[in-house]
Amino acid sequence: MITPLRALVRKDIQLFLTDRRALMMSVIAPIAIASFFGYALGGAGSQSEPSRISVLVADQDDDTISHGILQRLSSEKALAVKPAGTDDARAAVRKGTVSVAIIIPPHFGQDAVRAFFSASQKPQIAVLYDPSHAAERAMVQGMLTGDVMQVVSQEMFGGATGRATLKEALDRAETGQDLPAPDRKSLINLLQSVQRWNDTPSVANYGLSRGLTMPYTTHEEAVTSRQGIRYNGYAHAFAGMAVQFVLFLGIDVGIGLLLQRQRGLWKRFRAAPLSRVTLLGSRIISAAILAFVIVLANFLFARLVFGVRVEGSMAGFLGVSAAFALMTAAFGLLIAALGKTPDATRGLAILATLFMVMLGGAWVPMFLFPQWLQQVTVVMPTRWAIDGFEAMTWRGLGFSAALVPMALQLLFALLFGLLAVARFRWEAEG
Amino acid sequence: MLEVRGLKKSYGNLVAVAGVSLKAGAGETVGLLGPNGAGKTTTVSIIAGLLVPDAGEVLIEGRPLSGDTDPTKRRIGLVPQDLALYDELTALDNLHLFAALYDLTNSQARPAVESALDLVGLSDRVHDRVKTFSGGMKRRLNLAAALLHDPQILLLDEPTVGVDPQSRNAIFDNLETLKKRGKTLLYTTHYMEEAERLCDRVVIIDHGKVIADDTLRGLSRLMPLSNVLTIELESAGDSLSLDQLQALGEVRSAQLHGGTLRIGVRDLATETPRILQWLVDRGHPYRHVVSERADLETVFLTLTGRSLRDS
Repeated sequence: MITPLRALVRKDIQLFLTDRRALMMSVIAPIAIASFFGYALGGAGSQSEPSRISVLVADQDDDTISHGILQRLSSEKALAVKPAGTDDARAAVRKGTVSVAIIIPPHFGQDAVRAFFSASQKPQIAVLYDPSHAAERAMVQGMLTGDVMQVVSQEMFGGATGRATLKEALDRAETGQDLPAPDRKSLINLLQSVQRWNDTPSVANYGLSRGLTMPYTTHEEAVTSRQGIRYNGYAHAFAGMAVQFVLFLGIDVGIGLLLQRQRGLWKRFRAAPLSRVTLLGSRIISAAILAFVIVLANFLFARLVFGVRVEGSMAGFLGVSAAFALMTAAFGLLIAALGKTPDATRGLAILATLFMVMLGGAWVPMFLFPQWLQQVTVVMPTRWAIDGFEAMTWRGLGFSAALVPMALQLLFALLFGLLAVARFRWEAEG
Repeated sequence: MLEVRGLKKSYGNLVAVAGVSLKAGAGETVGLLGPNGAGKTTTVSIIAGLLVPDAGEVLIEGRPLSGDTDPTKRRIGLVPQDLALYDELTALDNLHLFAALYDLTNSQARPAVESALDLVGLSDRVHDRVKTFSGGMKRRLNLAAALLHDPQILLLDEPTVGVDPQSRNAIFDNLETLKKRGKTLLYTTHYMEEAERLCDRVVIIDHGKVIADDTLRGLSRLMPLSNVLTIELESAGDSLSLDQLQALGEVRSAQLHGGTLRIGVRDLATETPRILQWLVDRGHPYRHVVSERADLETVFLTLTGRSLRDS
């Protein structure tokens, strides 16, 4: 029984190695595409800065406050700020060359300071944005709010514009009759206090600053396997692409069985005194070996070229790879069992695979999916494969974190295998 | 050696085989003859264990064949109608794989492969990929692949489909060699000349049923006539009376189509001069005369009323 089993497994591997198209699809294609996706997803997380959001600022005010805002925005690490004319800024957003443009209107500084202590109409900063980059608009708007508050309040408490506006407000309070006398007195006291504060020359000596400042700072830390290990975008990309293209190998396994039937080879196999276990088992073993080796080849390339390491448990990584390889083999068998002819089956199988891969998070990270979709994808074996690979690579988790992905993939393998055996057409056509 | 009893197989409403029984003894070549769709391949597939019959049984040396792993399967070699080979592998790799299916280890397979390749004349192409072979060479390799485990019974399902006459002759030579070695051959075909050349006995099958099973000599007795005389007249022969012609002593049948007479006679030597003289006497001179022996085609026509290749 071992001799035919070994011969059938060897034959499948031999056929794979002689098929340049299969080699190309299984090894070269995932490496090439994963390299691209990995780079796009932030690369190896080396010392290089993350890509900045391009922002154009049209300063129609051209005054102290607007200059201050521009200066502060320019110092934001996440932004690449350039001054521009209003029309140019709008045109650039429309073309998609920048995601966000900020237009500071004329007299913004004066109006903003005035609006600080009165209910007068607030000046309006226009934030133009590319609707396909809505998330970037939200980021820029948040930074802009903080910067405007700091610049305007500083000007309010010490700047020339602030002093003039304060004097104006004090004059209005002293001469105005629209407030009841006690309230007017309180307002005058407040404004005079601010005026005295503004005139105090030694504010900085006491560690105080004029105006409002941000009441906190942040410390950013990417949490990975351990300190000093950065997130490697290639780890996700290689996991995703290895899963996708190894599943394509699974399709080839199924189509190969259908072709065997079409070419009469199945008759030769069935005519021999071989059990069904030997016939299908050999196919599962050969497909699993090939899938396992291809996964390892992909990650070996990622390790050598992009520094993707198995930061977690190596045994866990190998276990996830083996479970995924078995699931792929069973998937191939299921395709052979459900398919009628190779041509008709191939298209449908590719479509089904692409859905599995897409919903498994192979193309884009799962966190970009809506919450409900993230919950739905637990029924995708591909999701568990990718989760497992990520857990064992850049997340650096231990063997226990590989157990659930392994168990679920083996469960899917069993399910696919049982379905395949139940639906398999054992008889050769007469 | 091989006995088939009352095989039945249907696919839904389609009855593929309806009670086929046949026997083939050691060293005997039995032709399974019938038009496309007659049930030949289904019968062979059941004998080879590829299909499970709805009823009936297959006995190999008196033992019923049952189950996927029945060791009796080793007694059978199947040459499928398709070229069941891996084009991407070499002839050697193909044969070693097929030998391994019968549990032959490398050391056991090596002489078997050499012998099979030698028989089919492909020893010099052993390391070439099958995709570089001609159709005829692939057919011969297809035959070799069935011989590796030295089966006693060889099931050949139209093994010469689509090959040139030279390759066909080479395959016939191979089969005659195997016959001389005492192998039992069951040969399905719809080519009369193949059955006539190779077979000791012919089983004619139509619509899934055996309609004749006899030696060639025995089948010839089923024929209403044994010879056909074809006479090309100089005229259209419109005034010729076929009834008068058929009234001549040993004339069994007479047909006229476009100035050509086809006449069935029992004995060519005595009847030909009489018929020709009869035609001349009645003013129907002839241009050309051809005589031919009646063949299995005629038998099939007689038994079913249809031509084999038109079926």
